Amino acid sequence: MSNFFTGLLRLRRGPWEMLATILIGLGVLMLMQPFVLWAYTYSFITTLVGTVMFIIVSHFKD
Amino acid sequence: MSESTATRAAAATPPRVARKIRGLSDRAIAWLFVGPTIFLLLAINIFPLIWTVRLSFTNFKANRNRPIEWIGTRNYERILTDSDIWLNMQATAHFLFWTIFFQVLIGFTLAYLINKKFKGNDLWTTIIVLPMMLSPAVVGNFWKFLYQPQIGLFNYVVGFFTGKDPSSFEMLGSVDLAPWSIVIVDTWMWTPFVMLICLAGLRSIPDYIYEAAEIDRASKLRQFFTITIPMVLPFLMLAVLFRGIENFKMFDLVVQLTGGGPGSTTELTSINLKREAFEKWRTGYASAYAIILFVTVFGLASIYVKALNKVKER
Repeated sequence: MSNFFTGLLRLRRGPWEMLATILIGLGVLMLMQPFVLWAYTYSFITTLVGTVMFIIVSHFKD
Repeated sequence: MSESTATRAAAATPPRVARKIRGLSDRAIAWLFVGPTIFLLLAINIFPLIWTVRLSFTNFKANRNRPIEWIGTRNYERILTDSDIWLNMQATAHFLFWTIFFQVLIGFTLAYLINKKFKGNDLWTTIIVLPMMLSPAVVGNFWKFLYQPQIGLFNYVVGFFTGKDPSSFEMLGSVDLAPWSIVIVDTWMWTPFVMLICLAGLRSIPDYIYEAAEIDRASKLRQFFTITIPMVLPFLMLAVLFRGIENFKMFDLVVQLTGGGPGSTTELTSINLKREAFEKWRTGYASAYAIILFVTVFGLASIYVKALNKVKER
């Protein structure tokens, strides 16, 4: 876990990609879940942030 | 043979053009060849995408000749607070999840069976892949007949096995059954595709790995979980990615079968999007809707490509 945070602080590709992936996955789940409308409302911004982050951080060093 | 063709081509080039080309660097000639493709890509893919993003912030209606008004993120706000569109997303999620689940399960099982060497397996492969080769419009139409409560074969078969009266239920007309009816048809049509990809994966596993496992006295079950599954996994993930993206934008098959009904139980996002764009002519609103779907598919594809690369590295 501490490796993950160290990687984030050092701008390493692995942990940042992991974070972006979590955001995209969360966004898609929020978009398609049948339980709460507010989650659906904020799903797009979550997915968008995750996707843009993924594009940027995939150029970071390993 | 190739030399003579080249010589003939050089001779056929008009002297003025040949002189011009001779004066260009290799890099310039490379750009000359790649240029038209890049131009087409920009004109057909990139420009419409940028234009759609721009339109998504306006109240533009393609059937009205009035000035375009900039309305900021209002289209996005409307879509993301609309409970009807939320229901469409849920219908899409249901369709997506179950079609992929059944297609992977049945596709992999079929591939595993077809991969066993038996008499006539080529014939069986051909028969199994037939549905995939049909047009979605044709498939939609004939399944409509199969689902007919009075004359449909599907109802008759279900009635035969369950003892129910075949005309007592309607697959396409029932709110509970219609979402499953489209799942059944899509699974029937596209399972062969998943099967073919899995078959390619299974046939790429060298026999000597199994032979080594046999020597080590690994059981068949152990071989399946430690050799077959890990080596087919990249292929399986590719199949899931292809089917996921295809089914997320599924349109023709469902329109032919149910037209989005009954009510809006099978109105997938692509059908709803088409209605907004070309029936209600809310172009700006539909553009925002399309961007939301695009970002979702793009995000999912990114995760998948990453996962696929990781599996390949193993």
